[in-house]
Amino acid sequence: MSVMWIQILLVAGVVVVGIFLARPAGGDSHLALRRLFMLGFVIVAIASILFPQWLTWLANLIGVGRGADLLLYALVLAFLVTVASAYRRNVVLNRKLTHLAREIALARAEAEDATRDSE
Amino acid sequence: MVPLYNESTVIADVVQGLLNSFDHVVCIDDGSTDGSAAAAAAAGARVLHHPINLGQGAALQTGFSYVATKPAARYVVTFDADGQHRLEDVLEMLDLAKSEDLAIVFGSRFLDTRTDPGILKRIILKTAVWVTNLTTGLRLTDAHNGLRVIRTDAMRMIELDQDRMAHATEIVLKLGRTKLPWREYPVELLYTDYSKAKGQSVLNSVNILVDLLVR
Repeated sequence: MSVMWIQILLVAGVVVVGIFLARPAGGDSHLALRRLFMLGFVIVAIASILFPQWLTWLANLIGVGRGADLLLYALVLAFLVTVASAYRRNVVLNRKLTHLAREIALARAEAEDATRDSE
Repeated sequence: MVPLYNESTVIADVVQGLLNSFDHVVCIDDGSTDGSAAAAAAAGARVLHHPINLGQGAALQTGFSYVATKPAARYVVTFDADGQHRLEDVLEMLDLAKSEDLAIVFGSRFLDTRTDPGILKRIILKTAVWVTNLTTGLRLTDAHNGLRVIRTDAMRMIELDQDRMAHATEIVLKLGRTKLPWREYPVELLYTDYSKAKGQSVLNSVNILVDLLVR
């Protein structure tokens, strides 16, 4: 029954990634969440280096056999978040690039039209 | 208006054909690397240049934005660069738009039996139609048909965000939201060996779906 805990945590993690994906990207809150996530990652990394047994203790608490297994689960979730975040940023960046390229195309067309009319 | 990407072997004929009936042919060169832009310009088209390749949806929106700067323009026709549309269809669609006071006329290859896309393409296209109707609330028989007549007041009311092929669903959605009168008109698509080879791959329909669902 204790296995349930890790399952609940992992499913919740995946759902959070999904919500993260559905949020409008590029906002300040998006950036803040990414940085908080990074900060948490660093703290946990340092803690598990200094106190390796802590990870195993935590793993046992939520129904995972070894600390290394828990690390793997966490890594998979972190990877999902990274992929989602990179995808969202890519979409926003492409939008900006399109607008920029369109402005260039239209500015060039306007200049050409002006010289055409004056001929 | 012809979105253009690497169609140098056929674009000159397409432009010349259009110029027989229309005063203004605008090609939006979407970063072609095979001299398509020069061929279109030599044939007499007004060519706009995307500095980089963005996709057909982006090219259409650039064309719309350009036409919006020309107050005299009343209708804009979107026409594929690969020569699969018939000029007669465009003229009939324009006549229909004028006589029935329609803001939008969509070309449809499924309103009669002239066009035979083949079984696989038919299944994919009909799925696309189903998705389009589901998301737009309009009842169309064809989706992703590049032939459209759009009155400029409707054109000014929309802005396409889908850079790639998903624009064909988005344009129906946004034109539908204008609540302006629209109609479908039966057209024939000429599936030449060239257009078949250039046509949309089956896998690209996966991209279209993801582009529409995940933004």
